[in-house]
Order: sequence, then structure tokens, then C-alpha cells
Amino acid sequence: MTSEVDQAEVSGSPGERPVPGAPRRAKPIRRLDRVIIRFAGDSGDGMQLTGDRFTSETASFGNDLSTLPNFPAEIRAPQGTLPGVSSFQLHFADHDILTPGDAPNVLVAMNPAALKANLADLPRGAEIIVNTDEFTKRALAKVGYAADPLEDGSLSAFHLHKVPLTTLTLEALKESGLLRKDAERAKNMFALGLLSWLYHRPTKGTESFLRTKFAKKPDIAEANILAFRAGWNFGETTEDFAVSYEVPPAKLAPGRYRNISGNLALSYGLIAAGQRSGLPVFLGSYPITPASDILHELSKHKNFGVRTFQAEDEIAGIGAALGAAFGGSLGVTTTSGPGVALKSETIGLAVSLELPLLVIDIQRGGPSTGLPTKTEQADLLQAMFGRNGEAPVPIVAPATPAECFTAALEAARIAVTYRTPVFLLSDGYLANGSEPWRIPEVDELPVIEPDFATGPNTEEGAFWPYKRDPHTLARPWALPGTPGLEHRIGGIEKQDGTGNISYDPANHDLMVRTRQAKVDGIEVPPIEVDDPDGAARVLVIGWGSTYGPIAAAVRRLRADGAQIAQAHLRHLNPFPANLGQVLGSYEKVIVPEMNLGQLALLLRAKYLVDAQSYNQVRGLPFKAAQLADVLWAAIGTLDGSED
Amino acid sequence: MGEFRSLQLVPKAEALQTAKEFKSDQEVRWCPGCGDYVILGTVQAFMPELGIKRENTVFVSGIGCSSRFPYYMNTYGMHSIHGRAPAIATGLAATRRDLSVWVVTGDGDALSIGGNHLIHALRRNVNLKILLFNNRIYGLTKGQYSPTSEQGKITKSTPMGSLDAPFNPVSLALGAEATFVARAVDSDRPGLMSVLRAAAQHEGTALVEIYQNCPIFNDGAFQVLKDPGTADQAVIRLEHGEPIAFADRGVFRDPATGELEVREVTEANRAQVLVHDAHAASPVTAFALSRLAGNDALHHTPVGVFRDVERPVYDTQLAEQLEQAVAQKGAGDLAGLLAGPDTWTVA
Repeated sequence: MTSEVDQAEVSGSPGERPVPGAPRRAKPIRRLDRVIIRFAGDSGDGMQLTGDRFTSETASFGNDLSTLPNFPAEIRAPQGTLPGVSSFQLHFADHDILTPGDAPNVLVAMNPAALKANLADLPRGAEIIVNTDEFTKRALAKVGYAADPLEDGSLSAFHLHKVPLTTLTLEALKESGLLRKDAERAKNMFALGLLSWLYHRPTKGTESFLRTKFAKKPDIAEANILAFRAGWNFGETTEDFAVSYEVPPAKLAPGRYRNISGNLALSYGLIAAGQRSGLPVFLGSYPITPASDILHELSKHKNFGVRTFQAEDEIAGIGAALGAAFGGSLGVTTTSGPGVALKSETIGLAVSLELPLLVIDIQRGGPSTGLPTKTEQADLLQAMFGRNGEAPVPIVAPATPAECFTAALEAARIAVTYRTPVFLLSDGYLANGSEPWRIPEVDELPVIEPDFATGPNTEEGAFWPYKRDPHTLARPWALPGTPGLEHRIGGIEKQDGTGNISYDPANHDLMVRTRQAKVDGIEVPPIEVDDPDGAARVLVIGWGSTYGPIAAAVRRLRADGAQIAQAHLRHLNPFPANLGQVLGSYEKVIVPEMNLGQLALLLRAKYLVDAQSYNQVRGLPFKAAQLADVLWAAIGTLDGSED
Repeated sequence: MGEFRSLQLVPKAEALQTAKEFKSDQEVRWCPGCGDYVILGTVQAFMPELGIKRENTVFVSGIGCSSRFPYYMNTYGMHSIHGRAPAIATGLAATRRDLSVWVVTGDGDALSIGGNHLIHALRRNVNLKILLFNNRIYGLTKGQYSPTSEQGKITKSTPMGSLDAPFNPVSLALGAEATFVARAVDSDRPGLMSVLRAAAQHEGTALVEIYQNCPIFNDGAFQVLKDPGTADQAVIRLEHGEPIAFADRGVFRDPATGELEVREVTEANRAQVLVHDAHAASPVTAFALSRLAGNDALHHTPVGVFRDVERPVYDTQLAEQLEQAVAQKGAGDLAGLLAGPDTWTVA
């Protein structure tokens, strides 16, 4: 059974039963197959840290999990306001899951704003844990509560736990000697302790994490640990929580696992690509949300020969990466949509120079500055066409956070093999979301062969920088320092072969078509279709981070007896060779995207299929239930379908 | 021919090279009489002096007339995009310390569209030699005023005169924390040679402004520095450790204001003539020298090396950080990295 299908709730779940062999506790324990928790508070309340810690504990416990951080762009948005609410949602289960979950079973609300901003997402019967200390008249008025929702009965559909988190934290830390404001800040750890008790999470990891994080402030470290333990003990002793819950470890495919976010997986993929190609990695980057973490991460790994360069602007970031590529590095630039716009001219130069270059776009809401901390996948057409002239660039897109690792290696393979810039389109959801990752063996990773030019390539003993490999159409990559291969390349149109400046009309036509043919001819794996009994008439196809919600929706439909096929694109330029045939095999093709139909536009244009878009641009991932409804409707409108 | 400090890691040429070896097989396509020809010839004649392997030399340019330069050098080269050459060359120099990397740019390329990259390259002090051909006009786009054009210039885009005040490239570079700033005039081959020599010696970013005549759109812009009748009075040759004097005049510091001024040299004041110190830690005097000519006029134009000071070099420090990381953590272990500290096993 796949629990994506039913909406298991914390209480009354059919799976509840005492856990055999669990340590004896004073209170009864119930077993659940999955839980969705959302921590919500002010952007200064440490909700992301709290969520990260709960995630780490959950990962080390062996559950499958998926996370969704959601935070404002402002570092400290106005306190106690709705726009200032920061949240972290975690879905964990004893089986494989695909999304951070549609609706939380548990909401931890650190203040009235957090309650108000998140209440609409809660199903009836959900548990709400509120910090009553923050429910003052003033705080309630600030978010427009006329009456106190904790007292007026408006929350009667939920299990409300009123906990004075601040008071309890201060009480626990009264011997610590900390100032009140410092002690108060540990209330997120009190909440974490309480939730850790409630769901039987391991605690050692968090305690050692806190000791490391506050190594230079041992009194703060100890205070946080004290608050964390006090939260745990509070759960054990208070009568407000009558039971605790256990979610057993998931039975994932055998292997060694760790939890990993998309940006971390991408960083590791780049380091692995450097190691597997023998090329030193050079990252030229300018800080931008949500891509900066890749710059931060790579800058920690200089012992892998990785050079990171924080440039004066986006243009210099890619410029330096291209210069490094000319010198034989694996040139990489990381950015988000607005940065791609600035880099466009240099990407065009890389197309013309035919040098390997990775352009990593962690997409966010647009246009312009848009929604810096929210997710969207509206840069597909920018990546595809956003340059002057005919300037084709291959595009790869990971489908899950962990897949960012293999996507980076795949992008590097294409870039180096075909001597071309390559786009990797991730997004804010993949970047910050996390999931368990089966750690690959290094030997399993593909080897990338740079195949540098070492000598002349014409019968006359000359070196022609644009004499191509007849199979891949790639040109030779001759590094400065190689004797006899001195050559000049540039953005002006070049004569085929020699690379000399050429304004000849026929030559330009040939070069434009050849560059296009090179990209069109890139070998990419065929797209796989998940159509269990081959009887589906509707195909749902997506790309990028919509994989999780689409697959979860498909599971729901199948559990209810519907037939539907699913396919997901990891290569968007060129498309897999079998894509046209796949699209043509179904009566109806549905394309859910977090944009206004960019992939659908490409599919319709290229394959003349009546692909139908389903779009959302809310800065948030799709919900599985929402997509399931859309797909049900699509099946329902087929000719000859029942009802 | 001594070793060039900035090229210690660049492989040496096995035999003496000639200027001819540095000429590519491409036909040079600048306008007849363009100052670029003289500069190209001087650079080609200078390169053998470096004594390094030709294949370890790279010229990177942006866009504009001067930026065609790399095509004519029989070295590695990249003709890139408008204004971005310093950024591209930075990536190359930061990763390949065995190369001698030169940037060729113009006043529009370096100071207008690429101004940001220029100032950051200068403050970063990457081992780059930037040759800024300043003709005070846009040539390739056919004659619009440039960021170094004198105010009020009548051009195609400014029929009633340009309104914006020009940049003084030397002042700008000094303000951008440049460690090496020099100026030369295209037709003055020995002067240009000597400045190129000093730039090549310098460890870090060197900016060489080269006044270059555009015979088509701004002919004679620097004629006052070239005509025998006026040059003596207009050109001030800077030599480190020498009094700054020309013709019968010299540069003095006004003790009251600290400003520099040009006065007639007499027996009485000869000892007060300012002695040029290119290695001075403070850029103040170099900056004052760069202002002697004024924005729109060329009388009292210093040429030579304004400033040449030592500061840690970006690419050297970057390499040291890599070595330090290996010393501290050991060479990267990919399997260990991928696993990280927190793992669990599913049987």
C-alpha cells in the first residue's frame, strides 16, 4: 500500500498499534506509517534550523523523507507579521514517499502569525502545538485576530496543544545565567525536544550538532541542549500529550544512505565530475538566492583542487569560468534566473567558441527579482532560446534533490564530450528540499574523457581549431601551453575548419546549421514510460521538480483503479529520440508545469501533439491531491470513458 | 635579458625568438595610418624579450578596433565580447599560472561597457597585463564620443557637443587600487617598450594606457605629444628616482596645499623638483601626477610608470589556499565526501 494515496492522520490512523520491542515508556505508543509536520514561526525564530535538525534525526533513524523549506526573502521580516512567517515542512514515512506532503498532520505555531498563515493547509483532526506566550492581545491584533483563536472555539476541529514554550524554556534555563533574550531564543530547541519525544526521534545527533555549532559559545550550546532536553521531558510528563508515536524505518533499496539537499547533491556532483574527468573545477559565481549555497559548499573543498571565484557580477562570474575553460578547467557558473539574463551574451560566446561550460540555474519565481526564495520552473524557454542568433544549448534537469548529483555529472559529460555550454535547470524546491540518497560507489560513476588536442590535425601539419570529430561534431580542445597548436578563437563567425574570421554567407549558413546539428545529435538516453499494464490512454509528462507530486498523483489514481502513464524528462535539449513516438502513443497528453506552459509549447511545436498544460505559479510545488484531480478529469473526458 | 618576475612559472623558450615568430598568418585589417599598427609592431618586437615559450602566451581582448589584436599575434588568443576581457582573462590567469596573459582593450571597451571588470581586475591584482588603447573615440561603431572624449566633443551622437566629463584612465586605475599603472604614446616605440618591460616585470595586474591615434574619427588627438615643436613642452617622462623635469620646467609640490604644480626650474629651486617614486606606498602623488594634464588638455602629460608597488597576487594566493587545504585536510577523498558523517545502511 502506498500512503500517498490515503490521507493518514495522526490520530485514528488504521495503522495504529503498540510498537513491539520499543523501550518501555510511561505512556502508550502508537505506530504510524507516515507523518507530515510543519514548523512555523517568525523568520528569526530558527524554524529552518529546527526543521533541519528534525530532518537529520529522521534520516539517521532510517525513515524515507522529503522536505519543503519555505521562507521570506527578507532576513528578518517585520516581527509577528504574516509576511514574516518562515516554515519548514517534513514528510517522513516507513515506505518510499515522493513529496513533502500536501497537508500537515502537525503544525507547530510559534506565534499567531504562524497559526494564521498555515491554518488553511491543515486537515480536520490535525494537531496544533502553539506557543501560548506569544498569543498576546498585541500579537493577535497585528495579524487581524479580533478574538483569541485559542479560546474562541474556532480551532475545535483540531487537536490543540497549548504550550507556554517561552515560559517553559525560561524556566528550564533559569540557572544558566543567560540574559532573558538569549534564553528565550532557545525556545525552538524546546519545541524540537517536544516533537522529538512525540515521534521517538534520536537525540544524540542534535546534542552534538549544538555543541559544534556553538563551539565558541559553550554557555549558549549548553542552554540549547538544556532547552532541548526540557522539551523532551515536558512531553514525557505533561498530561497534554497522552500518547507518542512511532514511524518505523522505511524499507528502501539496499545500500548505504544519507540525507541530502539538492544544492548539496549538485555541489558534490560537480566535484565528482572534476574527479572523474581529471579537470580542475573552477566556479565563477556571484551570490544569488537560491544558488549561493553551491558557491559556499564548493569553497569548502579546495583540497579537491576546486577553485571558487566570487566575481564582481554575474557576467564576470561566467566570464571567468569561460576563461578557465579555455585554459582546461571544468568551468562552472551558478546562478538563478536574473543572473542567467545577465550571462546570456557570454553563453552565446561559449556557443561560438565551442568550449565546455556548465551554467547552473537554480530557478526561482520571476520575472525580474520576482520571488527570490520561492520555486518556479519558468526559465526553460530562457535556457532554450534566450540568446541572440541561433545559439543552441543542451539542457538537463534533475527531478529530485538527490538527482542533482547525477544531473551535474551528466551536464559535465555533455559539455566536455561535445565542447559546448550546457544548462542545468534546478529550482528552489530541489535546491533546499532534501531526501535520503543512496550513496554511490565512486567506481560506479561515469568517466568523462577530456581528450585534449595534442598535435596538428591536418595533413599539411597545421592545426585547425574548428576541424570537427565526424561523429560528435565536437571541435578539438587545444589548451594554451600546447606547442604548435597556437590558435585564436572569438565570437565573430569563423570559417569552417580553420576558425579564421569569415563573413562568407554560405559559410555562416553552414556554421549555424553545424552548431545546431551538434546539439541535436547529442546522445541522450530514451525517455522511460511508466505504464504498468500498457493500457493507459492518458500520459502525464513533466520535467524537473514536479516529478514528486506528479508521481504521487499517479499512485493515487492507480490505487483507485485508474490507468495512467507517466514519463519525466531529464533532457530538454535535445529531447530523447523516442519522445515523439511516446507522445504519439497516447490519446491525451497532460503537462503539469510551474510556469505557463513552456514545455507544452515545445512539445506542441516539435511534435504537433495536442499536449495540454496544467499550470501553477504560486512559488510552491504542486500538491499531489491537486494533480490527481486534474488527471482524473483528463481520464474522465476521454471518448468512451465511463461516467 | 633577465628573468621577468611575474613569469617565473612560465616555461622558458629554448631558443632566442624573433618578432616575426609572433606575427600570425592573418592579414591585419586596421585602417591605414591607425596607431594600432605601431603598437602591434612594438608588442611583437617586445615579446621575444620575455624569453618564454610562445605557446604559453595568451592575448584576450574584448570588442572594438583594438580588440582585433589577438588575431594578429601567433600565440593563443581569444577575441571575446564587449568589455568582458578582464573577467575572462582573470579566470584563465587564476587557473594557469604557467601562462603569460595579456588583455587588449580600448577606451570604450574597458571604461564604458567593461568598467566594472576593469576596476575589479585592478583591485584583485591577478597576474594580468592590460593594454588599454585610448583613442578617445568609438572607432568600430564609426565615431561616437567615448568615456575619455573631452567634454563638448562634437560627434555623430553628440552634434551639439558631449555633456559628460571624461574619465582619466590613470586616475581611475589608481583609485581602483591598481598596483601598476603606466602610460605610453603609440608612436613612441622606446617609451612603449620600456613601459611594457616594466609591466611584464610587475607581479599582479598592470594597466598600461596607450594613447593611440585614430586617423579616421579623431585624427591628431595626441599630436601635441608628438610634434617636435610641442612635445618638449607637453610630455613629462617619469623615471623612478629621477627629478620630474622637462624642457626648462619641473614638477613641484606646493607646501601649503600639497598640490603639484609645474614651474620653471631655476638654480634656486632645482633641489625642490619632485623626485619620482613609483614604489611609494601611498598613491597620492601618483594620482596628483595623473591630474597634471587636466581633463581636456594634454600639456603636462606624464608618460612612463606612475605606480609600481608590491601587493599579494590573487592567483598566487588562490594556489596557496589550495595547497593549504590539502595540507590541512589531505587530498580530496571523493568516497569520503559523498558519504559524509551521518549515514545509515539498509540491508
